[in-house]
Amino acid sequence: MSTATEEKTASSSTSSPLLHKKRYRRLLVTAGLSIAAVSVFPLVIMTLINYHQYQEAFHKEMIRPISRLTTNAKRSLEFFLSERSSALTMVIREKSIEELRDQKKLNRLLENMKGSFGGFVDLGLIDSEGNQISYAGPYQLRGKNYSGQDWFHEVSLQGVHISDVFLGYRRFPHFVIAVKSETEPGDSYIIRATFDTDVINQKILDVESHPYDDAFIVNQNGILQTPSRFYGGVLEKLSIPVPPTSYRAKVIETQDARGNPLVIGYAYVASSPFVVMKLSRPGAMQAGWISLRQELVLFLIGSIILVLGVVLWGTRYMVNRIREVDIKRATIFHKMEYTNKMAAIGRLGAGVAHEINNPLSIISEKAGLLKDLLTMSDSTPPKEKLINLVDSVLKSVDRCSKITHRLLGFAKHMDIQHEKISLKILIQEVLSFLEKEASYRNLKVDMDIPQGLPTIESDRNQLQQVFLNLINNAFAAVADDEGTIKISVKETGDGRIETSIADNGTGISADNLDHIFEPFFTTKKGSGTGLGLSITYGIVEKLGGEIRVKSKVDAGTTFTVVLPIT
Amino acid sequence: MTDQGVKPGILVKILLVDDEEEFVHTLAERLETRGLKPVVAYDGEQALARVKADQPEIMVLDLRMPGMHGMEVLRHVKRDHPDVQVIILTGHGSEGDRELSDELGAFAYLQKPVNLNRLVDVMKAAYEKLKGKPWPTEGR
Repeated sequence: MSTATEEKTASSSTSSPLLHKKRYRRLLVTAGLSIAAVSVFPLVIMTLINYHQYQEAFHKEMIRPISRLTTNAKRSLEFFLSERSSALTMVIREKSIEELRDQKKLNRLLENMKGSFGGFVDLGLIDSEGNQISYAGPYQLRGKNYSGQDWFHEVSLQGVHISDVFLGYRRFPHFVIAVKSETEPGDSYIIRATFDTDVINQKILDVESHPYDDAFIVNQNGILQTPSRFYGGVLEKLSIPVPPTSYRAKVIETQDARGNPLVIGYAYVASSPFVVMKLSRPGAMQAGWISLRQELVLFLIGSIILVLGVVLWGTRYMVNRIREVDIKRATIFHKMEYTNKMAAIGRLGAGVAHEINNPLSIISEKAGLLKDLLTMSDSTPPKEKLINLVDSVLKSVDRCSKITHRLLGFAKHMDIQHEKISLKILIQEVLSFLEKEASYRNLKVDMDIPQGLPTIESDRNQLQQVFLNLINNAFAAVADDEGTIKISVKETGDGRIETSIADNGTGISADNLDHIFEPFFTTKKGSGTGLGLSITYGIVEKLGGEIRVKSKVDAGTTFTVVLPIT
Repeated sequence: MTDQGVKPGILVKILLVDDEEEFVHTLAERLETRGLKPVVAYDGEQALARVKADQPEIMVLDLRMPGMHGMEVLRHVKRDHPDVQVIILTGHGSEGDRELSDELGAFAYLQKPVNLNRLVDVMKAAYEKLKGKPWPTEGR
């Protein structure tokens, strides 16, 4: 024997699921979004990884070589410039001014320099006033005064000067390296050498390497110092903006004025106005990469659209199916409810038949007596006696019709109709069906329903069914002569009314208590449909209420129904 | 009340038991028009007391009554006064009740509403079974 007290609760605040289109919309949105997210996320990740890998490959094949070539060119140029600056510095330090003034010696020095270092065009000595004191080279520049020129001022201040490329008196592109030496305090000389830019072109920039490539030097103002294959000749303005300062080789991807994709490697050359630039026009492979990148993006967008389409279609289909199933289920529940109700009415019918038989028997006997009086006696029976008999018959007919009306009131249609209901009156109506049974079986029915309880907004028919099911169960559970059923109603204080139906019957075991609200679960072998409590549960749920059960074997069961007032 | 058809000195002791007082009175009155003098009881306890006091020959018994159920009454009567012929007359007839009453030794099982002549016929048969001789009002 189990002594444990078990409690089961069922509650819900929604009414019929069919009434809520919103619920399905929400389901559609939630399911759709999560499926879409789960499907699109890996796609995006894959594309990103792919993109990254391609970029990596692109770097390997395109960016790194350019970067390396740019670095090489920059270092070569720096070396070229510093080697020549050092040579000039050495010349002015080691040779005496007299030697340098000597035209023959200076000519020999120039020849030596040309032999050891490439690019020398001429060589000259300039005094602190800016006068060319001596000159070796192809032009007649002796006696020329440079004091008005910018480079002269700069070398006077800085000690070394590397000029932009210019045409000058010589009418061909060249540049100048000038080095100042202070022989005695206040007396300084400048040695100045001119270089042909062709040397740089050929030795440093190595432009012939690739048909798509271009390499040149510009100054920081964007004037080409060496000719470009595609972007103009010497001293023309470069159509591409000069990239921002960086003494380390950098690579940028950009477009030229005609919209051609370009990869530019560049580096500023230290202590000179020069910027080395290596340009590469992406060839077939590189163009392939760019179109591949576009294809990748298009593929991603296409896939996302496809996935979203399929997800939308699939989710819609699924939600519609769920809705259909819900509708089917609701229909079946409706039918089950009806069946249960009919079964309950059938059970009541037996009792009702007995109830009707009593007044019918009275009518039968009264009518029989009337006939007896009229046929078995010669004298006319007293009028008063006859009227009494007829009154009795009418009274019994009245009793019959009350019973039939009550039963008919129960069999009414089942659509939910909300109206104001007094639970007290409703429970009394339900009990009126069972009064006779209670009196025959000598059962005690206690009602504890306080005065002034608010009416509730609910469905009369459905509530009748709930209480009929529960009270019927209580009647079935208790023993004759000692059964007590206590029905109490009270307000819970949170806008709901709680009705308990307690019996002192056989109780329900803990095992069974877990299943009593399941459809087709029954312990009344052969006599129950197993639908009563599941339907009761369903109705209470539909009415926005809650049903609880507490039971102890051999001590009794209490069902509690909590219903909202509105 | 007419006494026509009643042969003096010949009485059949009949007990009518039913919780519907109006019914049982009318039934008694109609039987009286047929020369019988039934006694009535409204519930099981009263019925058992009357059986003990009056020793009726025939008892017409309802099943569903407040307090003691008709079957209990039948059981008691058949145990303590096996000679009493019990005719069950109920508005709530089920096969189960019919079988149970047969088992407990009821003479007949009738359903309400009943034709009075049929009831009287069954009473006559019960009387003959009990006494081994015809109903005293026979031949009226």
